[in-house]
Amino acid sequence: MPRMTVNGEAVEAAAEPRLLLSDFLRHTLGLTGTHVGCEHGVCGACTVLIDGRPARSCLAFAVQCEGAEIMTVEGLEEGPLHTAFRRHFALQCGFCTAGILMSLTAFLRETPRPSEREVREVLSGHLCRCTGYTPIVAAALEAADA
Amino acid sequence: MTGGERIEDRALLRGRGRFIDDLPAPPRTLHAAILRSPHAHARVGRVSAPEGVRLFSGQEIAAGLRPFIAVLRTPMRHFPVATGKVRYVGEPVAVVLAEDRYRAEDALELVEVEYEPLPAVVSPSAAIAEGAPLLHEAAGTNLANRRRFSYGDPEGAFAAADHRFAIEVRYPRSAVTPIECFGLVAAWDPDADAFEVTAPFQGPFALHPVMAAALGVPANRLRLRTPPDSGGSFGIKQGLAPYIVLMAAVARLAGRPVKWIEDRLEHLTAAGSATNRETRLEAAVMADGRVTALRYRQLEDCGAYIKAPEPATLYRMHGAMTGAYDIPNLEVENSIAVTNKTPSGLNRGFGGPQVYFPLERLMHRIADRLGLDRLEVLRRNLVKATPHRTASGALYDSGDFGAVIDLARPALDELHARRAAVRAEGRLYGVGMAAAVEPTVSNMGYITTVLEHEQRLAGGLKNGALAAATVAIDPHGGVTVTADSIPQGQGHATVLAETVARMFGLTPRDIRVVTEFDSARDAWSIAAGNYSCRFAPAVAGTAWRAAGSLRDRLARLAAARLDLPLEDIRFEGGMVGAGPDKEVPFARLAGLAHWSPGTLPQGVEPALRATEFWSPPELGPPDAEDRINASAAYGFIFDICGVEVDADTGRVRIDRYATAHDAGRLLHRPMADGQVRGGLSNAIGATLFEAFVYDEAGQPLAGTFADYPPPTACEVPDPEILHLESPSPFTPLGAKGIGEGNAMSAPPCIANAVADALGVEDLELPLTPARVAALLP
Repeated sequence: MPRMTVNGEAVEAAAEPRLLLSDFLRHTLGLTGTHVGCEHGVCGACTVLIDGRPARSCLAFAVQCEGAEIMTVEGLEEGPLHTAFRRHFALQCGFCTAGILMSLTAFLRETPRPSEREVREVLSGHLCRCTGYTPIVAAALEAADA
Repeated sequence: MTGGERIEDRALLRGRGRFIDDLPAPPRTLHAAILRSPHAHARVGRVSAPEGVRLFSGQEIAAGLRPFIAVLRTPMRHFPVATGKVRYVGEPVAVVLAEDRYRAEDALELVEVEYEPLPAVVSPSAAIAEGAPLLHEAAGTNLANRRRFSYGDPEGAFAAADHRFAIEVRYPRSAVTPIECFGLVAAWDPDADAFEVTAPFQGPFALHPVMAAALGVPANRLRLRTPPDSGGSFGIKQGLAPYIVLMAAVARLAGRPVKWIEDRLEHLTAAGSATNRETRLEAAVMADGRVTALRYRQLEDCGAYIKAPEPATLYRMHGAMTGAYDIPNLEVENSIAVTNKTPSGLNRGFGGPQVYFPLERLMHRIADRLGLDRLEVLRRNLVKATPHRTASGALYDSGDFGAVIDLARPALDELHARRAAVRAEGRLYGVGMAAAVEPTVSNMGYITTVLEHEQRLAGGLKNGALAAATVAIDPHGGVTVTADSIPQGQGHATVLAETVARMFGLTPRDIRVVTEFDSARDAWSIAAGNYSCRFAPAVAGTAWRAAGSLRDRLARLAAARLDLPLEDIRFEGGMVGAGPDKEVPFARLAGLAHWSPGTLPQGVEPALRATEFWSPPELGPPDAEDRINASAAYGFIFDICGVEVDADTGRVRIDRYATAHDAGRLLHRPMADGQVRGGLSNAIGATLFEAFVYDEAGQPLAGTFADYPPPTACEVPDPEILHLESPSPFTPLGAKGIGEGNAMSAPPCIANAVADALGVEDLELPLTPARVAALLP
């Protein structure tokens, strides 16, 4: 019965020790905005913030997050990143998008004036099959500038 | 041209998308896990599990099914689950159900299967060689079909040619691997004797009656719905079809709804991919570089079964085998093999890469062997004017190909200068180019080109490509649009809203587009679905026509009410009429039709709902000489790129990429560019990194995204995208598709650049660092 904070709300729910954080968020809490693309930690779609740091929720067990602060895409305040993603058509199917938003949120907090190279390196932890990445890079740089 | 922000984005950015695994499951749903074959080829004996495991063996499941109907009538029967024999690693052998997915996967561990391994065959040429292990004993051969075609006088042209140049290519298997895997919920209603399935199936809906027939029910008893969102498809989710049948059958056996979510290992092993193909292409060439004939020998590898709609990959390009060139003489020999690999299926570019890679690599070689300028040889052979009928029957509808090349010419000159500068520093740099014609809106009859004409006549000549759309106006003037395409990220809602709003003089915000598809309620026919780039040319145009028919109705109503001549009625800014004092709000007009149907002027139909069907008349069946116009419209692409090869590691870096397109009228420029970038990114993956590799025993070696590495933001460049717009005369809005072209043009373009950098002739994809390093000078 792990207790944690998810998007600012205290949460306590039953979880078998083997239950992945991704499945706990999606199926126990109904926060389906976090998507699962590979379940082996490569595609990045399931990225959430655990205590402010991006992490693959498919590689963590829910019980490991006892006492942690979790942030998912549903918890992000609508801000410059969202606006820039819309303006630059930085998503198509939108399946990888939540994970990318989480990584960029943490990244831009630590690196408010990134170079294109740095943005591309952060994005290289995420697979997107639709966009060819360029519009995502442009959106991230614009959001940093905002 | 329009191009506003996407309607879809707000929900997706806030985590409010509704993908298949996000939807609530029906009460009492059980979760499925599939037991898959660890062998590429084996006899299957007893399948058993301890009591308490809800196990459904292949025998048990298939007993309630019929084999899939196929275009090619061969004794190679295909069920969605193995019966008696497994023929590829990952083939479903049994299904286990449990209360959740974790427990279902636990239960898989308890199932025991007796296998008797058999020798496997992996390459198509080995499969059709004497003494190869037979996949389907009843067929007596692994060669499913062979046909020879001749157009014009290829023999004469080869005899008269100054030169003959040839290329041999083994095009590998790859797939665009959407980030969302497969998933579905299937239920059986015993009272209605009907199945209800929700799945992000993308079409073509020609497979719907195929699925229903496999389940042994009429098509109206297979209700297929799609979730509002789909996490990418790129052709691949056509491969859901056998799983829909499999899980529907299991739901009927279990008497409970069944949910199945595929994992990535399953996806990479068994979801499906483009075909691999062995091609020998020979050209008859005159001294000036003019190509007078082409001779293709293609050996297609469809994997273990000819899974519907295969062998479509081999025939989609059949009318366009001469690519962007005016080559009057053509010979084609097509063979189709089965091997112990995953059955092939739709994948972005569908059949194009396998043709353009040898063709565009050969054009490059012809110029080099003759010592001529590569662009000059390309131009000399280019189709000079449209409309143009190719030797094998395609009708290129519009565009000036040379003018598109001119768009990219300055970039090409710059690249040549850059190459000289980089080479002067002792580094390896190459420039490549490729031209391609991009077919869009598939003719439902092209697959029958694989049959003899007598067989086609006996089965009824198949042709056309029906698109359907419905527009409805509610009593407050709100407009709702549904259409027969299944969006997988292409922004259909945005384009349909903009298109229909324009017809009514409304704003896109006034239009509601419902993208969930329901086979029981929506208008559709067999061509329905999201493939062959049919959305912009066919579906959006059909919605435009449906809106137009309602607009005509409303215009007559407005003319009568305002006492104006019909031709004066305009739709602008939410008003209908002829300017101030002589107009009525759109909403009020709509209300009249709903509330006062008894007092409408004579001849005005009250119904404010219109369904339109459209099929391009240019899409006839294959003729007696096997000529086929396989697509309704043809775009043109000219790509150039500069690559640098690391002389130590063999790593290929794309330094610059420019791509010039004529896709007819662009409905939404930013999204059209998005399709170009996405297609190019997929092609870069297929060219440099990705391949489904099997060992000699038929074991797949790429089961994770670490072994099958799609490109990341560090490998995909920002391309320069150039457009000309020559509207198609054959589509309602003049639009053509643009989403697949770069998947066809980029592999040879990049490979030509690498060949130029290394000074080598033969290259095999993917151009991984290890492979390139072995070629380093």
